[in-house]
Amino acid sequence: MGFFRSRKSSAQDAKERLQLVLVHDRTNLPPGALEALKDDLIAAISKYVEIEAQAVHISIERQGRSQRLVADIPLRPRGQRATD
Amino acid sequence: MSAQVVTITSGKGGVGKTTAVANIATALAAVGQKVVCIDADIGLRNLDVVMGLENRIVYDLVDIVEGRCRLRQAMIRDRHFQDLYLIPAAQTRDKTAVSPGDMVDLCNELRPEFDWILIDSPAGIERGFRNAIAPADRILLVTNPEVSAVRDADRVIGILEAEEKGSPWLIINRLKPSLVRQNEMLSPEDVLDLLAVPLLGIVPEDEAILIATNRGTPVVLDEKSRAGRAFRNIALRLMGKEVKDEDWDTPESFWSRFWPLKGRK
Ligand SMILES: Nc1ncnc2c1ncn2[C@@H]1O[C@H](COP(=O)(O)OP(=O)(O)O)[C@@H](O)[C@H]1O
Ligand SMILES: [Mg+2]
Repeated sequence: MGFFRSRKSSAQDAKERLQLVLVHDRTNLPPGALEALKDDLIAAISKYVEIEAQAVHISIERQGRSQRLVADIPLRPRGQRATD
Repeated sequence: MSAQVVTITSGKGGVGKTTAVANIATALAAVGQKVVCIDADIGLRNLDVVMGLENRIVYDLVDIVEGRCRLRQAMIRDRHFQDLYLIPAAQTRDKTAVSPGDMVDLCNELRPEFDWILIDSPAGIERGFRNAIAPADRILLVTNPEVSAVRDADRVIGILEAEEKGSPWLIINRLKPSLVRQNEMLSPEDVLDLLAVPLLGIVPEDEAILIATNRGTPVVLDEKSRAGRAFRNIALRLMGKEVKDEDWDTPESFWSRFWPLKGRK
């Protein structure tokens, strides 16, 4: 069965879990708050420009000991009708 | 002479702070340095037993701070080295018996007579930890390659940054190279990538530590022990010497990337 073969090593698991937990510890931003922030951001930006709301991607990137909030917000071409 | 004050801390308990203090202090004394250790873990003192000095205690840190004895009277001379001393913690009091200011004053009084003042911090990030870091010129952070120890270490780094104490130097203790090879333990590279602070040294898991602690003779006095060698190297690096650890399957480039002392005079 592929289930066992594809299982990650426990060290890899530990590292990935720590990466996430440290980002949230350092920024004091719980994972759930990031989703709420994304919704607010979409609402705010939509007041000025049409965006592809379903394709918005928001993440926290880590570089050394600093974190940055990275938002990728595709804009909808002018005149194109909303598909959602 | 003016001593450097070095505090050993960790966030999580049981990762090897007291073991590190006893061994680094002994290794420094063995190469002729004048060293005094202060056990700041009030209420849970242990540095005395790890150094094998528990039978000689008369006065302690709180007696000094509260003026019941002179500083000299509470300094216990080591069994192996003339110029190595211990100031034990009080066992029947709590951390609030000492303030960060008391620790700064105590270290200022000791500085002229020593090369090194090593402070054994209690676990946690509260009063006892604050006391231990207050006088520090340099902080060494001990961690294990394990999720909760690394997470707590990260919290401590954050607090030290916020307090403008600078980046601590990391000691990765209890590494099991065979488990790292099987990808079942975080590697030193993983830990350094996560914590992003300079590495001072890696200490392997070693049964010789249990035996040395049973006897009250730090493992650095055991020529053959791998952990002893690792602690001797750490002491030399603290003194500003470049020494390479024995190979834990780590490529050359690894050491040059993380060498904290590289490029320092
Ligand atoms: N490298 C090591 N190999 C094996 N045992 C170790 C090692 N480092 C520490 N220990 C053991 O781990 C336990 C906790 O160490 P200790 O120095 O008391 O931790 P802390 O002061 O951080 O609470 C002790 O029993 C000690 O002997
Ligand atoms: Mg301890």
